[in-house]
Amino acid sequence: MIRNSAAEMAAKLVAGETTSVALTQAHLDRIAAVDTEVHAFLYVDTEGALAQAAAVDAKRAKGEKLSPLAGVPLALKDVMAQKGVPTTCGSKILEGWRPPYDSTVVANLKKNDIVILGKTNMDEFAMGSSTENSAYGPTHNPWDLTRIPGGSGGGSSAALAAFEAPLAIGTDTGGSIRQPAAVTGTVGVKPTYGGVSRFGLVAFSSSLDQAGPCARTVLDTALLHEAIAGHDPKDATSINAPVPQVVAAAKAGDVKGMKIGVVKELNGDGYQPGVRARFEESLELLAKAGAEIVEVSAPNFEYALAAYYLIAPSECSSNLARFDAMRYGLRVGDVDGASAESVMNLTREVGFGKEVKRRIILGTYALSSGYYDAYYGSAQKVRTLITQDFTKAFEKADVLVSPTCPTTAFKIGEKANDPLAMYLNDIATIPVNMAGIGGMSLPSGLADEDGLPVGFQIMSPVMKDDRMYSVGAALEAALLSKWGAPLLDRAPIMGGAR
Amino acid sequence: MSSLSRDDVAKLAGLARIEMSEEELVNLSNEFTVILDAVARVQEVAGADVEPTSHPLPLRNVFRSDVVVPSLTPEEALSGAPAQEEQRFRVPQILGEE
Amino acid sequence: MTLSYDDVVAKYEPVLGLEVHVELNTNSKMFCGCSTVFGAEPNTQTCPVCLALPGALPVVNEKAIESTIKIGLALNCSIAPFSRFARKNYFYPDMPKNFQISQYDEPICVDGYVDVEIETDEGPKKFRVEVERVHMEEDTGKSLHVGGATGRIHGAEYSLLDYNRAGIPLVEIVTKIVPGTGKYAPEVAKAYVAELRDILRALGVSDVKMEQGSLRCDANVSLRLIGAEKLGTRSETKNVNSLRSVERAVRGEMIRHAELLNAGGRVVQETRHFQEDTGLTRSGRSKEQAEDYRYFPEPDLVPVAPDAAWIEELRATLPERPSIRRKRLQVAWAVPDKEMSAMINADVLDIVEATVLLGSDPTKARSWWLGEISRIANDKDIAIADLAITPQDVAEIVALVNAGELTDKLARQVVEGVIAGEGKPSEVVVKRGIKVVNDDGALMAAIEKVCAEQAETAEKVRNGHLPAAGALIGAVMKETKGQADAAKVRSLLLTHLGQSEG
Ligand SMILES: [Mg+2]
Ligand SMILES: [Zn+2]
Repeated sequence: MIRNSAAEMAAKLVAGETTSVALTQAHLDRIAAVDTEVHAFLYVDTEGALAQAAAVDAKRAKGEKLSPLAGVPLALKDVMAQKGVPTTCGSKILEGWRPPYDSTVVANLKKNDIVILGKTNMDEFAMGSSTENSAYGPTHNPWDLTRIPGGSGGGSSAALAAFEAPLAIGTDTGGSIRQPAAVTGTVGVKPTYGGVSRFGLVAFSSSLDQAGPCARTVLDTALLHEAIAGHDPKDATSINAPVPQVVAAAKAGDVKGMKIGVVKELNGDGYQPGVRARFEESLELLAKAGAEIVEVSAPNFEYALAAYYLIAPSECSSNLARFDAMRYGLRVGDVDGASAESVMNLTREVGFGKEVKRRIILGTYALSSGYYDAYYGSAQKVRTLITQDFTKAFEKADVLVSPTCPTTAFKIGEKANDPLAMYLNDIATIPVNMAGIGGMSLPSGLADEDGLPVGFQIMSPVMKDDRMYSVGAALEAALLSKWGAPLLDRAPIMGGAR
Repeated sequence: MSSLSRDDVAKLAGLARIEMSEEELVNLSNEFTVILDAVARVQEVAGADVEPTSHPLPLRNVFRSDVVVPSLTPEEALSGAPAQEEQRFRVPQILGEE
Repeated sequence: MTLSYDDVVAKYEPVLGLEVHVELNTNSKMFCGCSTVFGAEPNTQTCPVCLALPGALPVVNEKAIESTIKIGLALNCSIAPFSRFARKNYFYPDMPKNFQISQYDEPICVDGYVDVEIETDEGPKKFRVEVERVHMEEDTGKSLHVGGATGRIHGAEYSLLDYNRAGIPLVEIVTKIVPGTGKYAPEVAKAYVAELRDILRALGVSDVKMEQGSLRCDANVSLRLIGAEKLGTRSETKNVNSLRSVERAVRGEMIRHAELLNAGGRVVQETRHFQEDTGLTRSGRSKEQAEDYRYFPEPDLVPVAPDAAWIEELRATLPERPSIRRKRLQVAWAVPDKEMSAMINADVLDIVEATVLLGSDPTKARSWWLGEISRIANDKDIAIADLAITPQDVAEIVALVNAGELTDKLARQVVEGVIAGEGKPSEVVVKRGIKVVNDDGALMAAIEKVCAEQAETAEKVRNGHLPAAGALIGAVMKETKGQADAAKVRSLLLTHLGQSEG
């Protein structure tokens, strides 16, 4: 049952073949069986989940009209505030903090009766591409426990790949939904910026952060997308317009006559052979499905990484200032005669990890007087150029595509001490965040050289998210008939459960 | 070219309210020599003619009407407080400005 | 060795700069829906946004924007077609986010002015104070310092924070430097803040209570030798919380600077704190090394871009400018300049107008408030507004006098009674048994008595020498302890002596 798609689970619930309590318990059992190895979860809310499940079953028994995913369990990235449930963002500085309020995403999940199993592991404050920066230890890739599950949302992607949950919430600032999806053989979508409310999403970089749906199929992802998306008056940057019809697009999966633009700069050198091979193969399948493949160029993308590592740290240096030991979270050094200032300094030294400190200092520098124009200011101009590149490219194509990442999952510890090498993972995903457009990653197969999953990225214009679902669904269908079974069936069997 | 001395890092750490060991200061200043060269590339294309983008969407005038909505209860507000007294957040002595 | 003020202005030219922070009177806070009601229990008006809980986001209060645009228009500013909020980054425990959402290089209103008029040796003189910018920001929480002396921060063992005020909408109004006020600098500073207060009150955007801190003034003062180009080093005196204090603070700082400079010393660029008791300032934070606030556009908020239609809509709601209103009232009431500025300085204009609107004639209303009632207020050393007498009371008293039921002298007793809390004028009249002697019998008796006592004078009047009547009338009034109506006495007396005024 846990190997079904969320849509299949929902159907069984509707047909009365199972209950939400049974389904939830099955996943809790799976978590108990495998999460000691995977470490996808930071907190499992057994009581809360079962209570929520029982409530949904009761509603169903009463014959109430329920939403499409009602009763289906979900794993929530620990960056999302959930009332009364520990929310750490993978950081020591928030250890033990229980929010007195729900994020809008959580409120929407509850409104849709989606059962929240618990909080998943992540790079501290979403800063990283491997989940190695979690203060609570790394998450392991179900395909190979010695490898990273991607990041920052490695907990969510691993939970999906290990069948600990059929649905998950991620957040994507530079690729934190798409890159983990790519390296775990799952599906992840970064919606148009403003498509899903950021209220209650603990901010890393406000102008780049975007919450989104993660699952094992394109349709499941679409169903979750529609459950969490929509205008939120509590988020001034949320788009006040109807949610794109992504479920309809995913069901139709029609690419006939669609122009698919291959971004010249997001391929080639620095991309692993197996990654390129799977990408080319996917393009052929899309062409067979009736799409027209064109090449587009985005000359300024080569500056995206540099701009990102100025904008994101600058915003985070300010966003993370609130973690000061005064109102909540960790407090260190509060001895007699200590000053508030020294307590702040000591708490932030102990409470923040290496990468977070690195970015706070970098951002503080980039914003400081005398350097603002050279760094933050210039980065914002690059942002304009990248957006213009996208605008031009979308004149030639309905969607743009590229490999999601240059490589497959690397070994835990392999890049831990080389920040720049680590940053390169996001080279293909970052431009999407810079322009605020939509991006999806779905599995395109395994790399021949290492047998690890490869991700295929689809990018769609602002509020045209439905397009990436059309293309994603078409490719998924073509690949499924090619493989005969879902890619994850080829993942090593874990914890004996199957 | 662009680099940060150990003292520069110390000054930034002070601005960012992060205590740092001598070792951390030195390590960071070494890393920054590499990182800054990488990020400084933005200057290659950031011409005076290019408008900066601080926000991905061209939204304007997003407001809420001046209506009072229920606040948290003081219990909720103080629920995370490391220390409290008289329904207030208790913090160590505040030095500096009055 | 204290310098006299005259010595200071004989040698130096003061240069002013005034920053005023105004708390808007919106129902909810600047960026969240928490109530702004003053004096609530600690931390009962807080939410994830104004406590800066992780994940919370600000949303701008539309009323606050409208109020700020109105202020800008009332101060003759131009309203920016595009303005943005920015983050001002610095750590302080009373500021939950450890950055203040403010405005930096793109404020919503720029380039305005306020004209103020003050009394000079050469009579009333007009000064123009130019406004550089008007921008929006948010207030901080309040800290209570425990242990140590007098709840002051120094020597305190720890502090207790209440965030009810955190996020209250603030508008900051910054002037350009104001040179050329010479020895009148303190008066100009006071007049500017007073005019600003009147404008804001007329706009109804703030309750402008300086004592409660809803209007706070920071006074920047520097001196330069008369004729010199280069500006001197300025000091910034914080939170001066009364009009009188503004004047005192500026004068005090001018003298302090001059003493330093004369002694060959230098002025330190710093914030100073005004002390009501001494009228002196105490050194605060030194600003010699400017802080690095790392301003950048607030990414959680989108730009404010008011279109012309909206601005005109707001312009149409602007009330009459206080200075214009004063001119209008002066004409309507036919008040001489001196009297007018007397009323303004005594801050009785509103009260007098209210009295007039209740039917009193302007001259009588003015003389009561400015004369007797002001005198009592001064004796009691409290504000006229705080006396227990209302425009209604005064209007009623004036009416009683007009009806001949009170003499001016008796009316004064009634005013005292009302202020003493003895009730409405009619009640005081009854309680104190105050009444004009109108029964002719009693009056005639008094008149005959006086005429007998002063036979020659009475004779003069009989022979038509009317001016002599005054003495007799005075005597009769004395006889009747002032309870008689002088006019009536006069006519009865003249008739009695076979005269009439035809
Ligand atoms: Mg200010
Ligand atoms: Zn609030």
